[in-house]
Amino acid sequence: MGAVNSLAGLKAEYVWHQEDSLSEYDAIILPGGFSYGDYLRCGAIARFSPIMSAVIKEAAAGKLVIGICNGFQILCEAGLLPGALVRNRSLRFVCEMVTVRVEVAASAFTRGCATGSLLRIPVAHGEGCYFADEETLRDLNGHQQVILRYADAHGKIVSSANPNGSVENIAGICNREGNVFGLMPHPDRACDTRLGSGDGATIFRSMAETLETLRAAAA
Amino acid sequence: MKVKVLVTPKAAVLDPQGAAVRDAMQHLGMPEVESVRIGKYLEIEVGAGSADVESRLHGLCRDLLSNPVIEDYEIQPTNL
Repeated sequence: MGAVNSLAGLKAEYVWHQEDSLSEYDAIILPGGFSYGDYLRCGAIARFSPIMSAVIKEAAAGKLVIGICNGFQILCEAGLLPGALVRNRSLRFVCEMVTVRVEVAASAFTRGCATGSLLRIPVAHGEGCYFADEETLRDLNGHQQVILRYADAHGKIVSSANPNGSVENIAGICNREGNVFGLMPHPDRACDTRLGSGDGATIFRSMAETLETLRAAAA
Repeated sequence: MKVKVLVTPKAAVLDPQGAAVRDAMQHLGMPEVESVRIGKYLEIEVGAGSADVESRLHGLCRDLLSNPVIEDYEIQPTNL
């Protein structure tokens, strides 16, 4: 929340998971964490929290929804995004700065980036290995839904740059409609160069620009 | 009554835990072990006289106890 509040013009508030309405907000962020201790599967129980019915409702209405880390896992469990996140191939918790390549700049969440540009954003997860079957992958690739992939410092998509074994180095995807985005890296932890990188702020600023555009179009 | 549910990773899903255990078994005197897959086993106690237990349980197996994207489930035949 602090990360978003540190950005000019943006204001974030926490919403308790027992609440059941999100109608007053322009966008919804499902942050990282280990909701319900990741019991059963990561995100499996959280997706039944009362607030999730509001998330599903607002997502269906076209509101911007971003799920970060555990938030991404919850969005997959809730069926708002395809695929699933499973145990890292290394079986180790990874906590490090990674490089991701922006595959699609024409998205509501990356419009401030150029396609092919590189963002340095940290990851911190034990179950961040993205899995989807071949048909789903074809769909994701065919509809420009793979937004971010793990890349090396030169922007090459190589297995050595993949921190968790994700299929096709996928780090972040959106739904077909483009308003729901999930990613394992933490842009919220890369909003200030004093913390090692300010690249994550681009994601939140892109969302803000998208909202401005939508507002201008509606006015 | 007791209901037993088995949840297993689908064949296409990587199971690094299973691979680690397979390697350990091979090192510990069973080189013939070819593969290990690790799933979950749930023992569920259900009050007597409940209606539609089986169909409701299948619903929750799909929605909660397993994730059909990565796992299969099986309700073991008991006295349902």
